Amino acid sequence: MSSVNVDYQIVAFCCQYCAYAAADLAGGLRLQYPPNVKIVQIPCTGKMDVLYALQAFESGADAVMVAGCMPGDCHFLEGNFNAVRRVERVKDLLRQIGLEAERIRMFHISSSMASQFVAATEEMLRTVEAIGPNPLRVSGKAHPQETCGLPSG
Amino acid sequence: MADPMAPNGYVSGSNLERVLKSGNFAVTAELGPPQSADAEVIRKKAALLRGFCDAVNITDNQTAIVRMSSIGAGALLVREGLEPVIQMTCRDRNRLAIQSDLLGAYALGMRNVLCLTGDHQTFGNHPQAKNVFDIDSIQLVQIVKNLRDQHIFQCGDPLKGLEPRFFIGAAESPFAHPIEFRPYRLGKKIKAGANFIQTQLVFDIPAFEAFMEKVRALGLHQQAYLLAGVGPLKSPAMAKYMKENVPGILIPQELIDRLEEAGRPWAGKSRDELTKEEKKARSEAWKQTGIEICIELIQKILKIEGVAGVHIMAIEWEEAVEPIVKGAGLYPRPVIEPLPV
Amino acid sequence: MIIAEQKPFEEIKNLIEPAQRVLVVGCGTCVTVCFAGGAREAAILAASLRMASKLNGDPKEVTDVTVQRQCEWEYLDTIAEQINEADIVLSIGCGIGVQAIAERYPKTWVVPGLNTAFLGLPAEQGVWVERCAACGDCILGLTAGICPIARCSKSLLNGPCGGSQDGHCEVNEEIPCAWQLIYDRLQSLGKLEMLYEIRPPKNWRTSRDGGPRKIVRPDLRLSEEE
Ligand code: SF4
Ligand code: SF4
Repeated sequence: MSSVNVDYQIVAFCCQYCAYAAADLAGGLRLQYPPNVKIVQIPCTGKMDVLYALQAFESGADAVMVAGCMPGDCHFLEGNFNAVRRVERVKDLLRQIGLEAERIRMFHISSSMASQFVAATEEMLRTVEAIGPNPLRVSGKAHPQETCGLPSG
Repeated sequence: MADPMAPNGYVSGSNLERVLKSGNFAVTAELGPPQSADAEVIRKKAALLRGFCDAVNITDNQTAIVRMSSIGAGALLVREGLEPVIQMTCRDRNRLAIQSDLLGAYALGMRNVLCLTGDHQTFGNHPQAKNVFDIDSIQLVQIVKNLRDQHIFQCGDPLKGLEPRFFIGAAESPFAHPIEFRPYRLGKKIKAGANFIQTQLVFDIPAFEAFMEKVRALGLHQQAYLLAGVGPLKSPAMAKYMKENVPGILIPQELIDRLEEAGRPWAGKSRDELTKEEKKARSEAWKQTGIEICIELIQKILKIEGVAGVHIMAIEWEEAVEPIVKGAGLYPRPVIEPLPV
Repeated sequence: MIIAEQKPFEEIKNLIEPAQRVLVVGCGTCVTVCFAGGAREAAILAASLRMASKLNGDPKEVTDVTVQRQCEWEYLDTIAEQINEADIVLSIGCGIGVQAIAERYPKTWVVPGLNTAFLGLPAEQGVWVERCAACGDCILGLTAGICPIARCSKSLLNGPCGGSQDGHCEVNEEIPCAWQLIYDRLQSLGKLEMLYEIRPPKNWRTSRDGGPRKIVRPDLRLSEEE
């Protein structure tokens, strides 16, 4: 694992059928993923809302991962494809806002791909290490508890 | 109700009308005004056309590019002793402006008007413009007819004095879609009051013959004079461009091949490898073939029943009109004396 | 319904530039259905503006609220307090909503966050198309239920023009030729002869050309207003 800056906060929105299970499996296999990653379980990446990602960034998250099933394997048929489009929309919004579009990324990880899940989180961490912390963060710390709450409106 | 015919038996008495009514095969030629205020350009083009056509058709901001107005250019032609056909589109003027411009055009000596819808402004050099399209070409024909025959404006008010007596033209594109409807739409234009019809460029003779067969079946050739649109192709590239991009233009592959063949001596070299002289020679060879093809087309069109003349569109190449008219055996043009009023 | 789309973010930023407290007002009707200005879009826009202004070194207080219909006073009255507290109201209702706020709140500076585009319908997911130009004198009965005013690029009444090719309009291949559509539909309904008739020039007075329009229904007026 690369040098860890414990201050970086990565929020991973994981589909319960695949990536979330993969994270679980990684734990079971004692595969370590960076402690900076806060996992939010969602019923399908199709539930992923543009606003969830924006709220994560507004609360200071440095990066957002959206991890859903392999193409064609979505439990709800096309939820992961919808997520891909929403991630693209968030990238556009980030550029407009003045943040780096690379701070959000879509991954496809099946429930058995524990090591790929770990690799994905490490990759995301390397990305934020390269571009630096989210400038919207006031203190050195993000407030991940806020980032996980579903939007009120 | 006023008599549509003036006492001399003509609706307008224009040279074009006289030639057509006399039974002669008519020739009109197109003139594109300059993108400037230079009257000299009109005079030069007029000199190229003088004697080779019965009337000169002046475009109205063709392809939505701003040019000297057709009426302004028409007034210059009248001074030069040539007879204009002024084009009037519905794109840039509402019914007020159109009627007022027509009164002015008549007062300046113009006697033929070609009523068109007009190309959409997005094609031209002012795509940001607001378009008008208050009326369409068929309604415009009707308005010009009512000005002439009923002495009324579109609103129904009577004219206060001399009425403009135009020879009214309209256009039809035989191969635009839906093709089955085109002869009927032509019929609508004639019913609206068109005295002559000008078609889109014809290159495909069998397709045009099929159109004319329908026109004859509907008896339309007896109700208006039909001028087939013809024009010389300048190069294979131009032919391909028109075939692919201009709606309603069919160009048989065989004609494109003939042009390619004419440029064969220079083939195998890219544009950059050709010297200036070689390029010029190749262009001349293409043009020569373009003119030959045009002459052959006219000769075939002459044999089609119901066609009263041709309209030659030599776009920005007015020099081509003379060899085409002579080559097709349509020179000299007839001189029909006007009947006494 | 009314179809609109959000203005470019830069333009919106410039519009709200002078303000400190910004209220984004969404509308729950047409612009919600076309995903331009509903509650979700209001929240996304507010969050984006908050972040962008903070990154700019001028953090603005941007909040959002959405009313059921911005084009009716009653709904606007429910958010009076929020409107009065704001320096600028950024409406993401249609142009009618923006004006309704301006009229109801004479002291409030209100700016549009949307470009109101046309009256139309969703043709496919994520695709909206124009259908009516509100000409005020509907002629759909003459044209097989397809509007040439809104859908023919030249608003022809005696189309199709010579630019119609392979079903599309001369303007571009994306635009179906309205008159080809009318022709096809009349043909399939066995009413092609309707096309042989010459339609006279339209009376545009009922359209915008007669000046701003108004409809009064005496039967619906309250007695004291008469
Ligand atoms: S005819 Fe007029 S009212 Fe009817 S759909 Fe077209 S624009 Fe709308
Ligand atoms: S091509 Fe069809 S839609 Fe386009 S302007 Fe002509 S008639 Fe109208």
